[in-house]
Formats: sequence, C-alpha cells, structure tokens
Amino acid sequence: MSISVDEVSFAAGDTVIVNGVSLTVQRGKVFGLLGPNGSGKSSLLRLICRLRKVRSGVIRLGDDDISSLSRAALARRVAFVEQQTTTDTQLTVRDVVRLGRTPHRGLLSSWGAGDDAAVDEALSRTGMRERAGQLWQTLSGGERQRVHIARSLAQAPSELLLDEPTNHLDIQHQLDILSLISKLGITCIVALHDLNLAAMFCDRLAVLQKGEVVASGAPEEVLTEDMIGRVFGVRAHVQKSAVHGRHHIQYVMD
Amino acid sequence: MSVRQQGWWALAALTIAALLLLGLMISLAVSIGEIAIPVATTAEAVSNRLFGTNFEISRIHQGIVWDYRLSRALVAASAGASLSLSGAILQALLRNPLAEPYVLGISAGASTGAVCVMILGFGYGILGLSSGAFIGAVIAFLLVGFLATGAGGSGERIILCGVAGSQLFNALTSYIVTTSANAEQARGILFWLLGSLSGVRWPDVYLSVPIALAGFIICMAHVRALDAFAFGTDAAASLGIAVRRVQIVLFGMTAAMTASVVSMVGSIGFVGLVIPHAARFLVGPGHGRLLPATALGGAIYMVGADIVSRVIIPQQILPIGVVTALFGAPAFAIILYRVRGNA
Repeated sequence: MSISVDEVSFAAGDTVIVNGVSLTVQRGKVFGLLGPNGSGKSSLLRLICRLRKVRSGVIRLGDDDISSLSRAALARRVAFVEQQTTTDTQLTVRDVVRLGRTPHRGLLSSWGAGDDAAVDEALSRTGMRERAGQLWQTLSGGERQRVHIARSLAQAPSELLLDEPTNHLDIQHQLDILSLISKLGITCIVALHDLNLAAMFCDRLAVLQKGEVVASGAPEEVLTEDMIGRVFGVRAHVQKSAVHGRHHIQYVMD
Repeated sequence: MSVRQQGWWALAALTIAALLLLGLMISLAVSIGEIAIPVATTAEAVSNRLFGTNFEISRIHQGIVWDYRLSRALVAASAGASLSLSGAILQALLRNPLAEPYVLGISAGASTGAVCVMILGFGYGILGLSSGAFIGAVIAFLLVGFLATGAGGSGERIILCGVAGSQLFNALTSYIVTTSANAEQARGILFWLLGSLSGVRWPDVYLSVPIALAGFIICMAHVRALDAFAFGTDAAASLGIAVRRVQIVLFGMTAAMTASVVSMVGSIGFVGLVIPHAARFLVGPGHGRLLPATALGGAIYMVGADIVSRVIIPQQILPIGVVTALFGAPAFAIILYRVRGNA
C-alpha cells in the first residue's frame, strides 16, 4: 500500500517541528528520510504511525486517512521500529517477536497456528530462528535490531517505518540490516544518517531541514554537492561508484 | 526451577497446588492462635455457619473461628492479592522494577487521611477512619498523577513524583501526630501505620474480597496490553494498544485496590514489591501467567505473615507490616542474587 503525506505540520508547544511536509511513497519501495539531527525525521515517522497527532494536514495509507482508523486497525497495517529501544524484562527472542501478533488477537482469542506461523516466518526472514530461545539481554546491538525487525514483520504490516535502524551498529551490521530491509518487498520509510548507505539501498529520498522538505526524488537527483553543502554544511564530492553504480559521496576537508 | 518453558499441565498443577496451599494456610490461620483450635473443629464451625449444620462446638470456639479468625484470614488473603497485583501492574506500566503502591505515595496519603479523621476529627462519625484513609489515598494518587503529567509523564518522573508525594504526606502525618496527638493516640497510630489486622471483621471482608476479585479480572483482561508495554509506551501504541485508556483503567484499579487495603489494615510494605518479582522468577514475565501467580502468591504470603505475627512472640501480636518486611527484605535479596546469576 502507498503512503501519502499531505501538507502535514506538527509542533511541540510553540516549537514547529514538522512544517507543511508533503511526500508520496510508492508501494513496495524503500523511501529514505535524510536530514541533520533535529530536522524532524523521527517526528515525521511518529506522525505517520500516529504516535503523535498532526497539527494540520492529512496522512493516508492507500485511500484511508489514518486518523479514521482505530489504533489496532492501524497497527495491523503499519509497523514501527524505534531507535534502539530495550527492556529490563527477561524476554526471549521469541517472546519479543510474539508481541508483533498483539494487534491481530482479540480479547478472548487464544494463540493460534496462524500466529505461530507468522512468528516462525519472521524469525526465519531475519535469520534469528536459531536464536529464538535466547534472552534479549544476551543479544548484541545488531541482533536486537534484527529482533525488532522480526517483531515488526510478525505484525504482518503493509508498511514498515524504521527510525535510524543502523544507529550504533558496526559497518557489517549496518549493511546487513539495510540489505535485509531492501529485500522485504514491503513499503518502507527509513530515517538514515549515512548518505552513502541511503544512496545504495533507497529507491527514493527526501531531505528534511528544520521540519521542511528541501529536496526529494531519486537518490542521484537528491544527493548533489550543492544540497549537501546547503543542508549539512559540508563540502562533498559526488560521483557514480564504479563498484555498485550508485552515487558515492566523498567529504572534502578544507 | 522455572516453569516458563513447560506446558499447560505444569501450570495447571502449579495453580491447583497454590490454591490448595492457600486453603491450607487459611485453615492454619484460623486454627493457630492463643487459643489453639483443631482444624476439624474449625471446619465444623465454618460448616455450621455456611451450611446450617449442627456440630457440637463451644460457643466460644464458634465465635473465635467465625467472627474473629476467618474474617481476619480472608482479609489478609485479599489484601495480599490486591497489593501484589498492584505492584505487578505498576512495574509493567511504569517499566520500573522498583514500582509498587507505596512508591506512588498512595499509602502515605491514606495515612494522612486516617490521621486527619482520628486526631483532628475531620468529619468524625460521618466518615470513620477507613473512609478518611480512602479519601487520603485517592487525593495522593491524583496529586502524584497530576504532578507527573506536568513533569512529562515518563516512568521515572512518576516514581520521583511519588517519592516527593510520599515525603510530603509522611511529613503532614508526623506534623499532625506530634502537634495534636496524646500519647495513647500516637501509639495507636504508630501501630496502624505499620499495618495491623486486628479489628478486622466481616464487613471488611465484604469490601476487600470483591475489590481483589474485580481487580484481578480487570487486570487479566489487559494481559496483552501489559506484555506490550515491555518496550515502552510508544512501542505499545505501535502494537495497537490504546495506551491512554489502558493507563487510566489500570492506574485507577491500582489506586482503588491499594486505597481499600490501606484503609482497612494500614500500611503493609514489601508485599507489592517482592511478590511480583518472586512470581516472575517462577513463571516468567508473561502477564497471562504472572498475574495469577502474583495474586495467589500475595494471598499466601500475607496469610502466612499474619500467622507469624501472632505466634512469633508469645502473648503479643506484632504489626504485620514488620513481619512482611522482616521476611520480605532478605527474600528479595536472595531473588536479586539468583536472578543475577541467571542472566
């Protein structure tokens, strides 16, 4: 299902955090959100899964306005992977992934074969099936991120939102998580910091600055030396990579 | 060891064993005391009242069993269940292992309310001690909730606001006691502040048992929501939980359970903190298993503590809060130590 964000604004108190943002994400594509710290990426993701209420504007999933959906109905369609959330509860990997079935279960309906199948498939797709019995506290950062993604897949969403899923991970795990996401085949919006990774894995990009979209389009249209200078305040040299054919950014120090 | 990986039969066996143990503890609580009454006589006395049988029992034994000890044991069991359930709910909602009713200042507020009625005579005769305590508990809960909402509402903030609220109400209680109470009143209040089951009668049973049962049913209806809080409120909301509604219902239920317990038997510490952790250690963190284990464990623990409080020093009854803490604190230390070994 596609996501469309139309003239959306959001403020905390008097501080405007998202200001008149419009964007459209095509079904099945990976859409990257870029921008400096505090540019509104996380807030925009939270607005799309209605963890925050928009001050004005409309967000649609396909034809449905998200404000018309119940919390549970929304959770059956949109899954959200937050930045590095953890727990003190002694949960196993499987316990965490099982949480993803929460919106699909009624008050009295018991755990069914369909739920087990969804959990098993999510564990397999993220390569965590062998670790299913392991305690959360014993996992590394990359493994925890995989489990969060598995939990979100068990939710069987048509759209997946990820807030800096590669934060604090080593480069192998960053590549690993992003290639996993790009192969899921569901509509994804990913907030990212690394411009080169965005160029490698995203189908479309939008750049936020002070809550407004200042550039959007295909990676090669968006990732220009001029944009990087204007938005991030960094001089850069951009060229097509001879290795993977995508844009590659090298930073230039004065 | 842990039964978290085992099947339903292990859980069923554990549940039945816990129910039997609770029944046994209540029978013991009724039999043991300054006048020892055989368990058979106890059963006959109960049967005389419940089923209208005509077993030959002295009227004194009949009176002690029915009017004094059975009501006391039932209130102890329901108070234990209510306090432990409240602890388990608060620990899940606030994502803080230290959360329990006392942390939110509810019991401190109840004490202040009771003291206002007892010493200052606010509405004396109309309200009574229990109603005063109940009103105090609700005011404390609202105040702490209001402060916490103003301060941002995160789990840690609520705990800090609770600590501030407790200090404020404890100071108010001490102020009233030291400036207005005579020696006898002060002694009575001290005993009550440490928790006491003496003076508990059947009308208390009719209040505490239904509240504990209602609390249990409402909490069980929210087990999936409670599980979903493991990674915080935003994670719960993104799993389709109506976070605000669940918080209001469960915080409200917790306040009602704690306020009713404190208004009947005073402040009893450590039950709300220790029992949920012990239960988690036994059956794992899933609330579908944890809440029944917590409620039963709390009931058994409290009835046991009441027995100990009556027999440990001959001819004297210790405040039950002293017993729960004396046994609870070392038990808690052992749990912490073993859990650390596991992780």
